[in-house]
Amino acid sequence: MAETARAPRARTETSEQQLRRRRRAWSYLVLVGLSVFFLFPLVFMFVSSLKPDGQLLSDIGGWRAFLPVGDISLHNYGAVFDRVPVGRFLLNSLFVTVAIVGLGLVVNSMAGFALSRMRWRGRGLVTSVVIATLIVPFETIAVPLVYWVAHLPILFLQDGTLVWDTGWLDGYQVQIVPFVANAFSIFLFSQYFSTIPTSLDEAARIDGAGWFTIYRRIVVPLSGPAFATVAILTFLPAWNQYLWPTMVVQDEKLRPVMVGMQYFFQDNPAWGEVMAYTSMITLPVLVVFLAFQRSFVSSVAASGVKG
Amino acid sequence: MTATFRLDPPADPGPGPDEPRPGPAAAGARPATRPRSARPRSARRSEARAGLAMASPAILLLLAFLIVPVLLGFVLSFTNARLVSPEPLRFVGLDNFVRAFTVDPTFFRSMVNTFAFAAVVVPVQAGFGLFLALLVNQRIRGVTAFRVIFFIPVVTSIVVVSILWKFMYQPSGVINSFIDSVTLGAWQGTAWLNDPSTALFAIIVLSVWQAVGFHMLIWLSGLQTIPEELYEAARMDGAGAWRQFKDVTWPCLRPTRIFVLITITIAALGLFVQIDVMTQGGPVDSTSTLVYHAVLTGYRQQQIGYGSALSLVFFVIVLVIALVQRHLTRDKD
Repeated sequence: MAETARAPRARTETSEQQLRRRRRAWSYLVLVGLSVFFLFPLVFMFVSSLKPDGQLLSDIGGWRAFLPVGDISLHNYGAVFDRVPVGRFLLNSLFVTVAIVGLGLVVNSMAGFALSRMRWRGRGLVTSVVIATLIVPFETIAVPLVYWVAHLPILFLQDGTLVWDTGWLDGYQVQIVPFVANAFSIFLFSQYFSTIPTSLDEAARIDGAGWFTIYRRIVVPLSGPAFATVAILTFLPAWNQYLWPTMVVQDEKLRPVMVGMQYFFQDNPAWGEVMAYTSMITLPVLVVFLAFQRSFVSSVAASGVKG
Repeated sequence: MTATFRLDPPADPGPGPDEPRPGPAAAGARPATRPRSARPRSARRSEARAGLAMASPAILLLLAFLIVPVLLGFVLSFTNARLVSPEPLRFVGLDNFVRAFTVDPTFFRSMVNTFAFAAVVVPVQAGFGLFLALLVNQRIRGVTAFRVIFFIPVVTSIVVVSILWKFMYQPSGVINSFIDSVTLGAWQGTAWLNDPSTALFAIIVLSVWQAVGFHMLIWLSGLQTIPEELYEAARMDGAGAWRQFKDVTWPCLRPTRIFVLITITIAALGLFVQIDVMTQGGPVDSTSTLVYHAVLTGYRQQQIGYGSALSLVFFVIVLVIALVQRHLTRDKD
């Protein structure tokens, strides 16, 4: 009786396995096809950056467009360095990005700490204002912000004396300061900090620790993931800044990489050089991403709680 | 198996600072529970002072570079402000808005283009992102590598992406030669970006290509909060793959769905870089957008007042969408 009952079931199991295997094969086929779709433009970019313009254009008609074959060299990269101060652009972007991310981590985490773990008058108001500003896209304030920073006072040293002037256009601070405080970073920090038990604060208070010490010695060391998330989520837009610096930076020496690319926006550029330039400014980000992809993925997932 | 499922808070919050119940009102809404009465007034006062002090750098910066510009934009919308101007600042009432809606055909065209772009990009990108998320949510070998690959365009700057695709869209470019070889020469290429009837479509394709990986990950994190037991229960009831998706996955993704739709909509309405790099609004205004037009007039033509007015129109649209979102999220509770 048991024997006869088992036979048909065994057969259905194998057909189910077959079905599953076939479905998996289809999945892989689709996944590989989509990978080609997502990767081919970047492969094309890197490969093209290695070719002289003549070959680049003649290769386009076929598979050779995606293969590093023929007259391969780094010549285009050298030509880019001759044409534009790309080293300077990279340093500018690096400096601006590090400043925005670094200062942002300090300023926003302190605010997140004060909003999530301390009692003070106005906390409720500040919290609701921070949340309200979450929905203001930068594009809506870009034009008035230009007008505003053009009228801001600035102090600087000239020949050993302090000079008072107005106008923030052209400089590093105009690229950095407006982006340090970030409502979304504050929000993420205060969310994370509120998961740390407040009994730790109490114990430290009894031992006579000040609030800044509690922040510095207890909460910050326990919040590595929150700092990583905020760093990753602020690093990309800072490196990729385009709209704002095109409006406020005229001086070539102060331009970031994305604006430096404008040299190549003319109608018939030397495409090999363009591809070399774009490869150069994309590679650092790609390397950082691949090295930290696990943190990138969890950071983006964390940003989904915003809604 | 109807839509009565609720998102149970995940037992393990995972590596990120996950808040089990999404919702903006959650920040700081959890009051620190401390025995208040046991503490002297001086301690409370020092806490109040320290709290304000620690929050003040962020408060001042947000005030100076977000709140003031918003209010300033509102005020400037009703003026003739220019970036550098010999004329004094003067209030002109609704002139800027009248000009936008009556005598500026490019503004009207930009509105139409912006909404057309959003109307295509929002459903396509959301749907495609969900499809990708379902694909990479399977328990099969190497799936993490595919997640990374699909996300690579997201970390590539949109400026780079725009110029790269501009190259590929050339009349004798990669896209045309691909179409040519697939159709065996039956369909000759077109100058995608120089033709008013194809330019916006061409920009839609690369915009989705660049951004869809981001929303794949958002969908994926939503999918991973759905408890496996629900699927087991559905299978016990004899539900196939489609029924499981329709009765379990889809209702459980409600909060994620709202978030994805709203973020894509706001990003799509803010379309600027692709236009600036690839077409400058042309040919014949067929790709001009609200933000592009606002920056063009407000900054490049230095008419700050007019540009602020256009930005305000954009802001109001975004605000309405955000309010609709809040309304939809509130329905849930």
